[in-house]
Amino acid sequence: MSQPVLEARGVSKLFPAGRSTVRAVEDATLALQPGRIVALVGESGSGKTTLARLLARFYPPTSGEIRLHGEVVKGKPRAYYSDVQLIFQDPFGSLNPLHRVRYNLERAVKLHHPKADVDQRVAELLERVSLTPVEQFIDKFPHELSGGQRQRVVIARALAVEPKVLLGDEPISMLDVSIRLEMLNLLDRLRTEDGLALLYITHDIASARYLCDDIVVMYAGRMIEGGPKEDVIADPLHPYTQLLIDSSPDPERSDRPDLFDAEDLGEPPSLIDPPAGCRFHPRCPLAMDVCRTEAPPRTELPGGRWTHCWLQEKR
Amino acid sequence: MIMLRSWKVRIGLSILGFFILLAVLGPLIGGDPRANDISSISQPPSAHHLFGTTQFGQDVLAQTIAGARGSMLVGILAAAIGTLIAILVGVPAGYFGGAVDNGLNFLTNLFLVMPVLPLILIVAGYVQGTGPFVIALIIGLFGWSGGARTLRAQSLSLSSRDFVLAMRMVGEPHRRLIFFEILPHLTGWISAMFLHGMIGGVMAEAGLAFLGITDSGSISWGTMIQAAQQQSAVLRGLWWWFVPPGLCIALIGTAATLVNFGVDEVSNPKLRQARRSVIVRTRKVVSA
Repeated sequence: MSQPVLEARGVSKLFPAGRSTVRAVEDATLALQPGRIVALVGESGSGKTTLARLLARFYPPTSGEIRLHGEVVKGKPRAYYSDVQLIFQDPFGSLNPLHRVRYNLERAVKLHHPKADVDQRVAELLERVSLTPVEQFIDKFPHELSGGQRQRVVIARALAVEPKVLLGDEPISMLDVSIRLEMLNLLDRLRTEDGLALLYITHDIASARYLCDDIVVMYAGRMIEGGPKEDVIADPLHPYTQLLIDSSPDPERSDRPDLFDAEDLGEPPSLIDPPAGCRFHPRCPLAMDVCRTEAPPRTELPGGRWTHCWLQEKR
Repeated sequence: MIMLRSWKVRIGLSILGFFILLAVLGPLIGGDPRANDISSISQPPSAHHLFGTTQFGQDVLAQTIAGARGSMLVGILAAAIGTLIAILVGVPAGYFGGAVDNGLNFLTNLFLVMPVLPLILIVAGYVQGTGPFVIALIIGLFGWSGGARTLRAQSLSLSSRDFVLAMRMVGEPHRRLIFFEILPHLTGWISAMFLHGMIGGVMAEAGLAFLGITDSGSISWGTMIQAAQQQSAVLRGLWWWFVPPGLCIALIGTAATLVNFGVDEVSNPKLRQARRSVIVRTRKVVSA
């Protein structure tokens, strides 16, 4: 495999909450390759967004390191942002309601490519995200656009920087179902044409399956399983991945025997006082004694797969 | 200008414009406010003295016109100083947070708990020759803390909004984030603060003059009311002496409030009313 553009190695983030600490992300390791899309899936509160914001350097990691082009990033994030851009979940909140589309794009172009022909570049960007005819959109205020159009403007603004990595923090979850597919296709096109490395954060396995190459599953602040998407979805190694896949509607469900009691699935644990050992053990039907006391190490498996589960370690 | 579409703004601005014009052109149109007409003392309004005369035979109209200059000057200057300090202290405090916030917030709290009126009395008593400039400076310097508090709270919440984070990611420097992303969202607050500060300045000036702090030689609406009070104008029924300056102060307050409605509509497009032509056209389409 080629060298990853952006990499997180053993990254943790603890937030102080009064006297206690919230263990939002612990020991997360992730690599983004050019031209590949990694999906980060997990339920609400599993630390997906925190990880995205760590990668966007909104706050520093408590421990671990983030590497861009193999070098540990530190200091002011100014240069970093020429390579890494984040797409927010909420297209209504990530555009200043007082600025026209033109202003947003022009600023991004001027800041990163001061010598470029700004008007031409802005028009190119709008065409890139299929906001055509350009004249119809360029002088609009955000409140005059639909959710999907705004998200396209947000993507165009990120592209103006000409980044190498695009972090999408649930970029389609607040859009109408009818335009989600177009958005996924747009992201896919950017990956193929520009060779962008994309992190696609979602809780929707179906869209992850449609778009990505690799899947990484998070549970309660920890990464529990990862690998090529078809393998992970067809044959989940970690019981939680199995639960996650089973709980998304799929007409072609394999006739794998039900591992979980659908009536009693349990709740994700508190991140202030997470369970000892494997975080999933209180809900896991296959939990063993060792799961209650020791956190499972990373088990590498053939085909680029890995998991944190004692079941696989024992195998 | 979108603002001018609203009738409230038009009325408010015309009143304010009228008084500003009066303040600027006052000396040209009004007579000598200090001239004593011995032949008419404490006379009610008449053809010769449209607003009547004072105890000393001075023309009330001429005094009201001359007073506009002193009062408006103090009001606008005090509001400008107060608002400027509030912006410079409040917005960076909310935006940067941390140590900057702690320092600036401490300063704000210090001014917030200061007993302003006694302090103004002391400073005004200490500074010799309390003309309108000094009075405006004092009112402005001691009246910004509440506004800074408000702006800090607003920019605190604005600076963590997604669009600010997004523009920071695009690479905007702090200066531009503060002045182009955050500050435009505060125009409603700032103009409200300015207009409020202006009314406050005019009133404070009147209050200080009433208490006898202001240099009694200068003419403003405040000194007029003070003179009327000293000569027991209320008891003696000389209403034409104190009603015009009082009414002027009230009018300025009303005008400032009306303008503020319009500014609110600019900073919050959802409050905007549709243009009459649009409404008429829509009605036609609906009824057809």
